[in-house]
Amino acid sequence: MASLWRYVLAGLGLAALLTGVLAAVYLTAPHAPQRAGSEIVRSKKTANGLFVASFEPERGDVRQGELQSWLLTLKTDAGVPVEAAAITISGGMPQHRHGLPTSPQATDYLGDGCYRIDGVKFTMSGLWQLHFAISAAAGSDTVVFDVLL
Amino acid sequence: MSRLSRLLALLAMAVLAGCGKLAFSDAEKNTIASLALSALPPLKTDTTNRYADVPAAAALGSTLFFDTGMSGDGLVSCSTCHKIDRQFQDDLPRAVGVGRTNRRTMPLAGVAHDPWFFWDGRRDSLWAQALAPLENPLEQAGNRAAYAHYIKARFGERYERIFGPLPDLSDVPANASPLGSDVQKAAWNAMPAAQAEAVNRVFANIGKAIAAFERSIAPPRTRFDRFAAALATGIQPGDDAFSPEEILGLKLFIGKANCVTCHTGPRFTDSGFHNTGVPPVANLPPDRGRVDAVAQVEADPFNCFGAFRDGEASACGELRFMVKSGPELVRAYKTPSLRGAATRAPYMHAGQFSSLDEVVAHYSKAPASVEGTSEVHPLQLSDRERAALVAFLKTLAE
Repeated sequence: MASLWRYVLAGLGLAALLTGVLAAVYLTAPHAPQRAGSEIVRSKKTANGLFVASFEPERGDVRQGELQSWLLTLKTDAGVPVEAAAITISGGMPQHRHGLPTSPQATDYLGDGCYRIDGVKFTMSGLWQLHFAISAAAGSDTVVFDVLL
Repeated sequence: MSRLSRLLALLAMAVLAGCGKLAFSDAEKNTIASLALSALPPLKTDTTNRYADVPAAAALGSTLFFDTGMSGDGLVSCSTCHKIDRQFQDDLPRAVGVGRTNRRTMPLAGVAHDPWFFWDGRRDSLWAQALAPLENPLEQAGNRAAYAHYIKARFGERYERIFGPLPDLSDVPANASPLGSDVQKAAWNAMPAAQAEAVNRVFANIGKAIAAFERSIAPPRTRFDRFAAALATGIQPGDDAFSPEEILGLKLFIGKANCVTCHTGPRFTDSGFHNTGVPPVANLPPDRGRVDAVAQVEADPFNCFGAFRDGEASACGELRFMVKSGPELVRAYKTPSLRGAATRAPYMHAGQFSSLDEVVAHYSKAPASVEGTSEVHPLQLSDRERAALVAFLKTLAE
């Protein structure tokens, strides 16, 4: 009987060790985007640090091949919404040497620093980049968001 | 036999069996599932054409599609080039209607899913597209006043049951169009605005009926789709099983050869425009693709912003957010669907390549474009790899 318990204990110990190793690997591994529509960073500082910008689809997930509305939210470092910003959008797929299939535009200001960006369309899987040129009372700045499909 | 040798034999068998099986990664399986016809979403309602899903409109559209009366010389119909028994295309390098055109006839399966029409996207709806060949002197070579008279004389009752009363055409010239001969243009310009508008309305409704018919032309299920369904469910594909060559071709298509970046989704197209360095045909007029189509679709009175659209302007997103300029529009042409492509040579927007071997060789070599920049990078595929890609493409036509 004693030897059976030893086996059980050893098994439990090994299982615990394995769990620990797996957890360590999982927690330290870089989180590569895996499913379609996941993007790398949705909120970041603009190039010269004037604004904090976040960019996300207005409704749900990123869908390939459909015109979608996205939301660009602009705040100062202190969290104050940036109002009356002029925004121009460009971009493309750097790996395929082509631009965006559409010309997205800021079509509406929804308040609280949030602007609707209409006419966003991703026609193929891969890495897309959206460049925003932002001009507001605080000055002009740019930000680039990566979107991976 | 010792225990060890038995174990080794079992291992060897497992490895061999593994090689013979479909060794697709999970990522590959996901991509394959995204290409299957079962992933095609249902056709969206076309709010710009409120007759799009009216059966009587589709029936009239079908009649008009096959009616050679719908042409200037009475000999050409839509179906002259879009042949029903040939995937609605004509097997010619460049279409021949009343005259010889400079572009390859496009097949029609699944066409209603497109946001843009023609190789260069110079029309923004299926119904606006249907109107262009009717007046093109090289295609059906008619004029809208003559079409209005013809509809009234031949199909008046059917038309009115769908679209309501026809206008009074008694004072409308027999031949008149803003796009016709000088005489037809003069006749058109002499018409009162309300009369011109009434004729345009009949003309637009002809397009809407033909579009309603074309919406019914769906891509058929292929051996690839049956294979993909079997792969997704884990059932043995039986007769639809892919040969090792076809499997290699499929793996290349969605992997190293990068075909799937543009030929994506269940229709094998991103519905976009790309310069892929396809050479021009000698002795044809200059053809710059999408870059010259932008002004044409903007100027089209039957576009989504025009007076003949049904429904709300919110349906006009593609036109509203269209890319209007930029070097990537030069010699950019629409990505064609690859479904059925293997049995409809020749290929490209002016029939430049006579076989799939030539097409695959072009993309493998990726020559520079004569104008603008090709988006394609050289692949250096081996003979075996190129043949495998062609073998896979054939499964989309079986």
